[in-house]
Amino acid sequence: MRTHEKVIFEYSHPGRGATDQWPPELPASATADLPQHLRRSKPPLLPEVGELEAVRHFTRLSQLNFSIDTHFYPLGSCTMKYNPKACNQYAMLPEFLGRHPLAPESHGQGFLACMYELQEMLKEVTGMQGVALSPMAGAHGEFAGVAMIRAYHRSRGDLARNEIIVPEAAHGTNPATATMCGCIVREIPVNDEGDIELDALKAAVGPNTAGIMLTNPSTLGVFERRIEEVARIVHSAGGLLYYDGANLNAILGKVRPGDMGFDVIHMNLHKTFSTPHGGGGPGAGAVGVSARLRPFLPIPIVGLEEGNRYRWLAEKDVPQSIGRLSGFMGNAGVLLRAYIYMRMLGREGMSQVGEYATLNANYLLARLKQAGFDAAYPSRRASHEFIITLKRQARDLDVTTMDFAKRLLDHGFHAPTTYFPLLVPECLLIEPTETEGKDVLDGFVTAMTQIQQEAEQEPERVTSAPHTMPVRRLDDVRAAKQLDLRWKPTA
Amino acid sequence: MAFIPHTPADVEAMLATIGVSSIEQLFDEIPASLRVKSLDGVPVGLNEMQIGRLMSERARIDGRPLCFIGAGAYEHHIPAAVWALTTRGEFYSAYTPYQAEASQGTLQLIYEYQTMMASLTGMEVSNASLYDGASAVAEASLMSVRANRKSKSLRILVPRTVNPQYRRVAVATAGNQGLRFEDVPYAPDSGVTSVDALKKYDSEDVTAIVIQQPNFFGQLEDVDALTDWAHAKGIFVIAVVNPTSLALLKPPGEWGSSGKGADIVVGDGQPLGVPLSSGGPYFGFMTTRMEYVRQMPGRIVGRTVDLSGREGFTLTLQAREQHIRRAKATSNICTNQGLLVTAATIYMSLMGPVGLKRTAEGSHASTKELVSALTAVKGVRRAFAGPFFHEAVLLFDRPVAPILTSLANRGILGGLDLSELHPELGYALLVCATETKTRSDIDSYVTALGEAVQAVRAA
Amino acid sequence: MSNVPPDLQYTKTHEWVRTLPDGTVEIGITDHAQHALGDLVFVEVPEGGRTVALGEPCAVVESVKAASDVYSPVAGEITLGNPLLAAEPEAVNNDPYGKGWLMRLRPTKGAASAELMAADDYRKLLQAEGG
Repeated sequence: MRTHEKVIFEYSHPGRGATDQWPPELPASATADLPQHLRRSKPPLLPEVGELEAVRHFTRLSQLNFSIDTHFYPLGSCTMKYNPKACNQYAMLPEFLGRHPLAPESHGQGFLACMYELQEMLKEVTGMQGVALSPMAGAHGEFAGVAMIRAYHRSRGDLARNEIIVPEAAHGTNPATATMCGCIVREIPVNDEGDIELDALKAAVGPNTAGIMLTNPSTLGVFERRIEEVARIVHSAGGLLYYDGANLNAILGKVRPGDMGFDVIHMNLHKTFSTPHGGGGPGAGAVGVSARLRPFLPIPIVGLEEGNRYRWLAEKDVPQSIGRLSGFMGNAGVLLRAYIYMRMLGREGMSQVGEYATLNANYLLARLKQAGFDAAYPSRRASHEFIITLKRQARDLDVTTMDFAKRLLDHGFHAPTTYFPLLVPECLLIEPTETEGKDVLDGFVTAMTQIQQEAEQEPERVTSAPHTMPVRRLDDVRAAKQLDLRWKPTA
Repeated sequence: MAFIPHTPADVEAMLATIGVSSIEQLFDEIPASLRVKSLDGVPVGLNEMQIGRLMSERARIDGRPLCFIGAGAYEHHIPAAVWALTTRGEFYSAYTPYQAEASQGTLQLIYEYQTMMASLTGMEVSNASLYDGASAVAEASLMSVRANRKSKSLRILVPRTVNPQYRRVAVATAGNQGLRFEDVPYAPDSGVTSVDALKKYDSEDVTAIVIQQPNFFGQLEDVDALTDWAHAKGIFVIAVVNPTSLALLKPPGEWGSSGKGADIVVGDGQPLGVPLSSGGPYFGFMTTRMEYVRQMPGRIVGRTVDLSGREGFTLTLQAREQHIRRAKATSNICTNQGLLVTAATIYMSLMGPVGLKRTAEGSHASTKELVSALTAVKGVRRAFAGPFFHEAVLLFDRPVAPILTSLANRGILGGLDLSELHPELGYALLVCATETKTRSDIDSYVTALGEAVQAVRAA
Repeated sequence: MSNVPPDLQYTKTHEWVRTLPDGTVEIGITDHAQHALGDLVFVEVPEGGRTVALGEPCAVVESVKAASDVYSPVAGEITLGNPLLAAEPEAVNNDPYGKGWLMRLRPTKGAASAELMAADDYRKLLQAEGG
């Protein structure tokens, strides 16, 4: 693997540039009307490199990355499935790319048709009655969901309801979202089997309950078997059920959150519907709601009128909406990719996703168990992901999950999610996804087995891993203490 | 088609290893009553050839009209190399760089981006981006509550010259935590905010004021006077800026007569190599002073060394993200717009300081040419006096909507009708021309406008 | 087992309190707390002159893993925040009961304080918590 690339500023030479890309030079008179005291006096620090230099630099940088296109990436809860090239190609047709967000609806019926149909398909696969596409990430969709729950209770004069119940295994954004919406968080425990403690839930609900935030399958990789009872308990106390769609890949086409009793769901289109992760975004966190929450959906939404005309529904059409969450309508380009993906899957493809994601996870779990690794919930089926705990290795061999993760990089695998959920010590949360073949999974088991052997015989090799990466074990204490957050010219 | 590589033989072998006889058995923990019967609401799947035809037809319906709309999204030339590189699988399909050793490409790129944005805005430090410009204003408001220890009021002043969508998003996002956003009127002749309009807040506790430059109307605010007023009263200045304009205009880090500058700078980075794409994905940028870095939301990349003393890059200050989640003025953001930041960094590297400046100059010149040509038409005049940059408000002697419809039918998107967002202006249109517009484009607009006016008269 | 000096008092939230001869108190975080946090990268201490209430968060200790508030165990006026910690946050790790003190304050007369426990009781608390 390539090892090192200079920071681009170190290639700069004064006067260099991609001059073929520069607009023509204009005389000073072209900007003479701009007042002197509002003008910039010194140019900004931007690279001065030729086009080929820039192309080489960024190409080389890309070669320092692991990616789905190059490596198996079994990150639990992230759903790193193949991003079909067709989704990118057709979302980037020039007419879609060049369309201004404020262009009139008359010049957007093609685009709006895609958005409307996406809304309809998402409603169908989740069992919900309304969908809004504008939240720009999972956490953003979560915010919309909890805000709608609050708005619903307020609209009924139920002002005391400000508590959100969260299982202790929840993702960190859940409580943060609750606080952003002006709510208080109440945590409830999860039992040894990975299910919610029903008694604790019954004790936690009451007249102050706004709702409960759940993922099903949970962050522990198992299905909450008594979900219908959970729904009954929360609903009879007057609360609503919020579904965190991070794990939708496990049940796509097999079970629908709406049928489980959920009132609102956020979906991660960059997980389940294969839009690109892009090195950390852009995502899209579309939300789906039951009929009673429809009046509160964030705007804008696409509506269909007589004569098959599509138009935007905004403030006047949705007067009780929680409002606008994005400057325009959300991450349109991401939504187009999700649309294309869903059209290619079709109704038969949806259930194949759930089936093969679950097959791959259970196969990988079975092989790792056979190889001697400890599953966190050995008596449960895996959903689309499962947890292996390395606490025995940590205790007996002084080799931790972090060490295994780093050594996996040397074997050409991106490590699974480590140390989440916090409930299980020294854990690896593993999600293969449906787009990986059996031989890739077998290769992963082989690598894990070899690392285990190394841990027993030559632990130093594991605890000082990785050995073949461009960098090894960066000093993050130093990174946080001696903050170096931008390049500066030396003298 | 679900991109599944398994053969029947693979499936058989895998089921045997697991110890079940069918895939359906793997779902036996799920109550039968919950299982989906059918998904009739989803159409049958299409193969690539079929979806390609469908999308091409939909694109053809939308076409490519000539666009003179700005209002927060700007059409600039994007060099071909930008997206050729950005859509490389190693950037496109990489995850958030949590395993630093496997993500040095993304991490170093973000470090370079942070360097460029800090310098462009005249500030000391940048984060790795936020969702978009509108939500960045919301985040800046929450951050000012956390960082401005002297103020307890949670009041944020938002001049009416700030993009109205940004204000709406700030209210929707931060309103639930007790922040109050208050309007400040603008002077009708100049279309900018005057210090006089702020006098009523002279002895009030205000946490921050948002100043947009150029403002939503394209007019240039007196940023120094406004910044001086705010700082004299311990009020944070949140600057909202167009990044292309910063190649020509004084950056917020230098606003104010003391040169102290704005406290937090945000905006939408779309003009930097990101296509219009019906409104997204874009990215929001945020820069600030080092003294506030721990209150800044979003991810940040830092440079450090590894075990062997080699330089490397990693996400840093992550503990503060979790801490911000518990504090008053909470943020739950846990992503950045990685792919768009990649495009913007490559764009800025290709354009460099000279290319960006010429893009800004070219846009300013085009808009002036457009305004000149349009105001030569009878019944059209400028709404405001005073300097403007790359956008302007024009007043018509009749409703704008039918004219725009007529222009659209002739393949021209004439601008944004302001009658809904700013009814006080009358028949007002916000127009914009960037460096992509030629003299011939502008002539087409004028000709079409003449025809449109005739058509409306005749109707 | 972490270090618990016998001559100090302790809170449930892992702060220690030392009464100084002039009637002011010195406050810091315990060895258990610094160990749980890991290497500290940043410490924020309150300014002298600030009045704090009982239980009010008045300092922040930040490691790579976590950032935690430190709560004032007594109401009063801060006389001094430890000036060493801006440059040397690791002093809290290396010498949590000595050079790593966080702040000094003068308690308000007659004000209630948090339940302060003796060293033995704090040790029992740590054992119960499994540390």
